[in-house]
Amino acid sequence: MRTPLTLRILQSTPRAGWIALAIFAALAWIAVPVAHAVLPDTHPLHLSAYTVSLLGKILCYMVVAVAMDLIWGYAGILSLGHGLFFALGGYAFGMYLMRQIGRDGSYQSDLPDFMVFLDWKELPWYWAGSDSFLWTLLLVVAVPGLVAFVFGWFAFRSRIKGVYFSIITQALTYAAMLLFFRNETGFGGNNGFTDFKRILGYAITSPEMRATLFALSAALLVASLVLGRYLVTSRFGRVLAAIRDAESRVMFIGYNPLHYKLFMWTLSAVLCGLAGALYVPQVGIINPSEMSAANSIEIAVWVAVGGRGTLVGAVLGAGIVNLAKSWFTMSFPEYWPFFLGFLFIAVTLYLPDGVVGLWRRLCARKAAVPDAPPVPAARRDARPVSAARPPVKDPSDLPAAKGAEA
Amino acid sequence: MSAVTDLERAAMESEDQRENWSGNASTGHVVEPGALDLSHNVILYLEDITVSFDGFRALNQLSLAIDAGELRCIIGPNGAGKTTMMDVITGKTRPDSGRAFFGQTIDLTRLTEPQIAHAGIGRKFQKPTIFEQHSAFENLELAMKADKRVRRTLFAQLFDDDRDRIAEVLTQIRLDREADRPAGLLSHGQKQWLEIGMLLMQEPKLLLLDEPVAGMTDDETERTAELFVSLAGKHSLVVVEHDMAFVEALGGKVTVLCEGSVLAEGDLAEVQEDPRVIEVYLGR
Amino acid sequence: MRLPLPRLLCACALLLAFLVAPARAALDEASLAGLAGDFQSRLDTIEALGVAGGGDEARRVLDALEAGALGVADGRVVIVQGESVVAAANGETLDLAASAVEPLTVNNRVRRALGTARAALALSAADRAERLAAARTLADNAGQSLLPLFERALAGEADDEIRGVLARAAARVNLASADPAKRLKAAGALGESSDPAVKALLAALLEKKGDAWVEPSSEVRAAADMAIHAIDRRIATAETVGTLFSGLSLGSILLLAALGLAITYGVMGVINMAHGELLMVGAYATFLVQGVFRSYLPAWVDGYVVAAIPVAFLAAALVGVAMERLVLRHLYGRPLESLLATWGLSLVLIQAARVVFGPQNVELANPAWMSGGIELAAGVVLPWNRIVIVGFAVFVLVLIWLTMQKTRLGMFVRAVTQNRAMAGCVGVPTARVDTLAFAIGSGVAGLGGLALSQIANVGPAMGTGYIVDAFMVVVLGGVGQLAGAVWAALGLGIVAKFLEGWAGAVIAKILVLVFIIVFIQKRPQGIFALKGRFADS
Repeated sequence: MRTPLTLRILQSTPRAGWIALAIFAALAWIAVPVAHAVLPDTHPLHLSAYTVSLLGKILCYMVVAVAMDLIWGYAGILSLGHGLFFALGGYAFGMYLMRQIGRDGSYQSDLPDFMVFLDWKELPWYWAGSDSFLWTLLLVVAVPGLVAFVFGWFAFRSRIKGVYFSIITQALTYAAMLLFFRNETGFGGNNGFTDFKRILGYAITSPEMRATLFALSAALLVASLVLGRYLVTSRFGRVLAAIRDAESRVMFIGYNPLHYKLFMWTLSAVLCGLAGALYVPQVGIINPSEMSAANSIEIAVWVAVGGRGTLVGAVLGAGIVNLAKSWFTMSFPEYWPFFLGFLFIAVTLYLPDGVVGLWRRLCARKAAVPDAPPVPAARRDARPVSAARPPVKDPSDLPAAKGAEA
Repeated sequence: MSAVTDLERAAMESEDQRENWSGNASTGHVVEPGALDLSHNVILYLEDITVSFDGFRALNQLSLAIDAGELRCIIGPNGAGKTTMMDVITGKTRPDSGRAFFGQTIDLTRLTEPQIAHAGIGRKFQKPTIFEQHSAFENLELAMKADKRVRRTLFAQLFDDDRDRIAEVLTQIRLDREADRPAGLLSHGQKQWLEIGMLLMQEPKLLLLDEPVAGMTDDETERTAELFVSLAGKHSLVVVEHDMAFVEALGGKVTVLCEGSVLAEGDLAEVQEDPRVIEVYLGR
Repeated sequence: MRLPLPRLLCACALLLAFLVAPARAALDEASLAGLAGDFQSRLDTIEALGVAGGGDEARRVLDALEAGALGVADGRVVIVQGESVVAAANGETLDLAASAVEPLTVNNRVRRALGTARAALALSAADRAERLAAARTLADNAGQSLLPLFERALAGEADDEIRGVLARAAARVNLASADPAKRLKAAGALGESSDPAVKALLAALLEKKGDAWVEPSSEVRAAADMAIHAIDRRIATAETVGTLFSGLSLGSILLLAALGLAITYGVMGVINMAHGELLMVGAYATFLVQGVFRSYLPAWVDGYVVAAIPVAFLAAALVGVAMERLVLRHLYGRPLESLLATWGLSLVLIQAARVVFGPQNVELANPAWMSGGIELAAGVVLPWNRIVIVGFAVFVLVLIWLTMQKTRLGMFVRAVTQNRAMAGCVGVPTARVDTLAFAIGSGVAGLGGLALSQIANVGPAMGTGYIVDAFMVVVLGGVGQLAGAVWAALGLGIVAKFLEGWAGAVIAKILVLVFIIVFIQKRPQGIFALKGRFADS
């Protein structure tokens, strides 16, 4: 009796989840595009270009948060280098956008402006094919994927774990940032890429293009949520969580942790790359500061704020923090670092399960039914769909509740 | 998804090429580790194994042979090298010199831990090591003999016979009523049993059990002994234990390790009368 | 030129006076006559004045010339002093009006000649540094005319360094000599130099002008070639030593940053991402101390660095203790979350520094005794501030070592590092040890910041770059291994500096990272885990 994969994917998410996804999809694919591109500017429901870009940007961040949650929340590997994969995807797509400018740049040259400025006569070899949209799509997936694969291969093979791994990813990102800051690297140095004009010949600033990019970002988010949900409820997800909790036992029952971690790590990086590629045309700029250590570590905070080990939490966290950020940076720019810093501290100290954990605790208190205690987020997600399980008596007794760190 | 296939290919290539026991993957299960050659009726050979940690010799030219289907007890004072020996057999520690063979052909010193597990060696740790956040059921499911490569695991599903098998083992280790509790909430003895159950799910040829009855009640100990005796014959077992009553109940051949080498070997009674053994246990 | 008798007598008298009281030495009127002549003779005369070594009188004339007070009146060289006019040679007052004196013009060539002359005079100064400086000045633009001076000075000079400079200067002059034997000797002597300019001089001999060699003698050419090689070697050695030294100084900074981190990481198992900001706290504390000294103790301002040592230590230690008490203590056993929380702390600290001290770098001056440096060769200087920092790092290292090995607290810290639970069981007050260890670790970071403030910019974000490097040192050296940290810090510092010279700073940074990852591949056991059975638990 073999269940078809599609059915199992359907089963991996509860009905409420599908309904929520459907509502979200309807909003993102119909309501927002209509409100932005169809309704006239004067209409009260019209969404401005700024709002759509901001929301689209946040959708991309949400995808990154899901990617981070998959590797940190479920596999227990804290990456401080996801900003790198995000930026790599962005740069890969940015190359295409630069080529699409054509001769409309300030130097009216076939080369991107910054190359003319540096007095380069031809494109460097790695720009070959960057005018092809399909090749660019391949690069967007392959470059972050390959970098993650090679790095992960070496790191996981040496059994580098925990804080060691985190710091080394940070060092990697830092080195990459320095590299991209150099003019000789061929990616525009300090200024990066900007002044994009069009995609596939269509103007990038047109309302239709904005709405399309927004809808695509939403689609990517939905896809990564469904994929993530399937992964964490599959046996693969249970092996991953098992590696997080007792890696040596996993090895002695015959799984090779290297391959599991590497798969999740690479997939996570690819998701980040895709998000980066959608982010760049919506924001209109990509430069090396995307790779700064602060950006990568902020991603971890989105996930922590929302609730590690729940996909919904990751999405919520990215939304909450980024909305707060855009409000703060407009109203009180100099207090944003304080707010963010104290948020880091407060969340780790008082909200280990994030907003989702808080919500569940409140629900549990309200319900006050002994049969429905709060279950740690990671556990609830990791459950197989097939079996109905009686609830856990008291999960706070779990001695390994903190094992997720190791 | 090209990334997946690339990964899988890399994963396949990294598997050891010498032993082709993980072949025929299309059924969703690994075939019998075909290369296990028991033609001389010996399942495990250790020959002149030496391991030193920063000058300290944990194993000193240790030689040992386990017959197929045998139940062997290893005893010895603390620091005799019992756990290190298990580390060598399961690939956790590489010996400085010496040879370790599983059957006639499989060179254990050249395989990784997962490969050794695949080849058919299961291990229970001294300290119960289970997945505390998973339920007992899931612990057994993960241990279950299957194709354990990423690609297969991604699409793996539980069939009815798998469920039956898990239920059977759950009954065997008396955890059928705790199947859905997170394993971290089980008692120490139950955790020991769960780990033994995981071992059974793996269907290994050779079981290495490091102090399996530590923390168990007398009753549980007795039942463990019964279980092990019933497993012998179909499986080979190597049991490290300090509990002499338990060793006696198992009734197999006994090997005494001391300072990294074999001091004596034989029936428990024989060994207990050996003056060198007496000196080791009582003399200092 | 015939000298009139009275003047001769006068000169004799002056000579006598000179013998009796050298300070009253006077110059020969004739030696000054050239000054009244044409421009070239004036230059020659000035130089000759210096070469002759006339002492104070000559210096007085030169001073007057430079001040524009020297002139010619009545065919004699005179000095105008206010309204009166004195003879340049002996200072005797003349019955002349100042207006009758025709002043000698001073242009740049004259000034240059003046400089040479002064230097020539200074060659016989009593002060060694003065003589050395003079010798260097002369060596740079020496002509044939200075040769006798060099030879004379060489004969009277006892100091090896000055002799070397003089000998090379003489050789340089001789290189242009018409006598091939002299040239040959000179080329050989110049091989002792380490100056790229000398190398260029020699290299010019080896060029061809048309078909003919610039240097006709093949022997001299061969000698010049050898000399060039010798100079190249010497320059290379000096540069290597210079790079080694900058590696050493980078290593000591890394060590100061890593020592503190090694303690806190070893004890608590927590990476303090705000460790770099503790460096910043130490640096700003130093800045404040400098401010206090400038306002209240201006006479002692050079000592502010020493006074800042305890202040920087305490300031950083206090911040560290606050972090431990308020945050880290509550995250025990959750290393990844501690990482995030401490990162948050670092954001707050950076922003606080920005608000309090402003976003710009603040200005810290090296005290006088730390400026300057030792010159190894032309262009390769070991700055004093870096030398002092290397010494300071050794000092801190010794203090830490003593604390860890010889005190009860150190024993506790080591015990907790190895096995917290066990240490707790045998009565080690682990909570207090945590706090104290954190205080020490943070304080050492503050000292690192003090050191850093002497060689780098002090600004709110100065510490961010150091946390990763410091952690790499801890990783490479092994946790809880003082000696390991020392080797790793120095090794990383030196390797980084050599790579920097070879491939540029960015590529060097990347290469170091790759190196660390490869190193971990080779020796994961030695670094990440204790060998043996307990490695997993």
